[in-house]
Amino acid sequence: MAAETPELKRTGAERESMQALYAQLLVGLINGSFYALLSLGLAVIFGMLNIINFAHGALYMMGAFVAYFLLNIWGINYWWALLLSPIVVGIFGMILERTMLKFLTGLDHLYGLLLTFGLALIIQGVFQNFFGSSGLPYSIPDQLRGGMNLGFMFLPVYRGWVVVFSLVVCLATWFLIERTRLGAYLRAATENPTLVRAFGINVPRMITLTYGLGVGLAALAGVLSAPINQVRPLMGADLIIVVFAVVVIGGMGSIMGSIITGFALGVIEGLTKYFYPEASNTVVFVLMVLVLLVKPTGLTGRAA
Amino acid sequence: MSKTAVASLLLSTALSFAAISAACADDKIVKIGALSDQSGLYADLGGPGSTLAAQMAVEDSGMTGKGWKIDIIAGDHQNKPDIGVNIARQWFDVDKVDVIVDVPNSGVALAVSNIVKEKNGILLDSGAGTSDLTNAQCTPNTIHWTYDTYTLAHGTGTALTKSGGDSWFFLTADYAFGAALERDTTAAVKATGGKVLGGVKAPLSTADFSSFLLQAQASKAKIIGLANAGADTTNSIKQAAEFGITSGGQKLAALLLFITDVHSLGLKTAQGLNFTETFYWDMNDATRAFAKRFQERMKNHNMPTMVHAGVYSSLLHYFKALEALGGNPHDGAKVVAKMKDMPTDDQLFGKGSIEPNGRKIHPAYLFEVKTPAESKGPWDYYKLVSTIPAEDAFTPLDKSTCPLLKK
Repeated sequence: MAAETPELKRTGAERESMQALYAQLLVGLINGSFYALLSLGLAVIFGMLNIINFAHGALYMMGAFVAYFLLNIWGINYWWALLLSPIVVGIFGMILERTMLKFLTGLDHLYGLLLTFGLALIIQGVFQNFFGSSGLPYSIPDQLRGGMNLGFMFLPVYRGWVVVFSLVVCLATWFLIERTRLGAYLRAATENPTLVRAFGINVPRMITLTYGLGVGLAALAGVLSAPINQVRPLMGADLIIVVFAVVVIGGMGSIMGSIITGFALGVIEGLTKYFYPEASNTVVFVLMVLVLLVKPTGLTGRAA
Repeated sequence: MSKTAVASLLLSTALSFAAISAACADDKIVKIGALSDQSGLYADLGGPGSTLAAQMAVEDSGMTGKGWKIDIIAGDHQNKPDIGVNIARQWFDVDKVDVIVDVPNSGVALAVSNIVKEKNGILLDSGAGTSDLTNAQCTPNTIHWTYDTYTLAHGTGTALTKSGGDSWFFLTADYAFGAALERDTTAAVKATGGKVLGGVKAPLSTADFSSFLLQAQASKAKIIGLANAGADTTNSIKQAAEFGITSGGQKLAALLLFITDVHSLGLKTAQGLNFTETFYWDMNDATRAFAKRFQERMKNHNMPTMVHAGVYSSLLHYFKALEALGGNPHDGAKVVAKMKDMPTDDQLFGKGSIEPNGRKIHPAYLFEVKTPAESKGPWDYYKLVSTIPAEDAFTPLDKSTCPLLKK
């Protein structure tokens, strides 16, 4: 063990506090991966569909619950849940889009916001009615148990996995939308749906699939967080407001902006938890206010 | 003065006389308000279960058969003191509520207790933890029934310090309850010869505790005291296991843990935890019978927590006092005084009494969570470690700072 070597035994208080700082930075990065995944989904939905998806937290929660059901009813493990849960919840999202959200195209943002907020309350209420508020246990898959000693902290393997996996997913999504032909169609369809339709592309179907993709990302974050947090009906409600602040800071609808801001804010929040813990759940909003005052379109946003 | 002003003055005078005369007449009408967190992190330990417990108390008391008319309404304070106060105010002013029960969340309970005193109503608090309710902030209208931070501190805190856990670090929920629990536990730890190395205050409903847990880990304290409740506690426990805190030799003290929390964590994660409660469903035939009836009627089929049991037991005693008075005087202080005069006795908490400062006293129990192998099935979670006699479980009267005690 590194901590036992003679050289490290001489560590002064200063080095010890530096080590604590590294640990907090890393923990911040881990939380940042959830922010990034969730805000990415929001950014995709807002950027492509112009909908402020307040149901995102509820769909994230559903992702975790689906993972729980898969394991406890059908014995389907975590790895399959990572794949299946986003698909199941994504399909649910697409049904929402087809039956409700579709009719709000072209209307003021407020309508979409109210509808999705109402949906979130209903979904959460239904889950709470059946499962109470304390939540259900979901344990870490055997392959990702344990941890490694990094010298300055004990890093659970699972947390490391979360950071790596969500980074990969975030970058893949960014690539899909900004660098592929499909992404180009999507972006074009947002700019001018009529023209894109004239090229023979089924725009409504594409919009439905995009909503499904955004929702799937939320569900994926839900599955990732199931082993860390209790699977509870309110797990998304506590998170969604922070994630919205992340999206606003990053610039509404900006894919890369939301990824970077997600990770950055996780780190800033982690540092606040170390230096002034009482402010840790407000620091994100203070930053949001500051950013909006200086640059109302967000850090990476372009003027509308 | 205009005519209408005079008329309205006269009318309001007449109305207030009418109100006074109505209040003076003893009738047999009672209205109960179950004020709780119906949908947030404390909804399982109180919430709808507390309303059900109140319902069962009304049925089991047999009062309706004796000509009493008893109504129950429920309210959701959302863990916000201002909302709790508004509901309480409306209940007293408009709905003519006589007694408010449950009220978890110490911040809300302290605020509501003030309104209850102002309106001369009754607060039978079961869910809140802060021992301030029967100390500096006691009122002649409040009875604190089930447990308080003193109980938890002197149960779990003293026991763990005595068994070798002589250095502590606190992870505290940043509001009235957490502060009171940390204060009382610190006192108990120091009195037993332990020391407190530090602490960190986490906002209520934090999703990720790893930052705080790392700080606790770095403190090298033998015991990490979790001065929080509900989902905050379960998340802390789960994440502490993940970060290797318990396997690294540090021990967690979940100062307040309810059976719904243990159920939610699962025995695999929760096993071995020590904590203090005043009620467990599987203690004797009477508690088992109550729990069975409760579970059948509960929508999510949870077993009753000690908070639910407290709501039930406090209302039964309240009804006894009303019967002894021969009617409902709609005078909170008077009924509370009567309740304090009468010894308490019910099937869930056994024999007990209510101190002049409003503290209901009964024995408390130090429990340990069973291992999965020891458990015989769902909800078979606790084994009794020791019983803390009533006089040790709550603030001794000579140490209580309640102004009511000063003559």
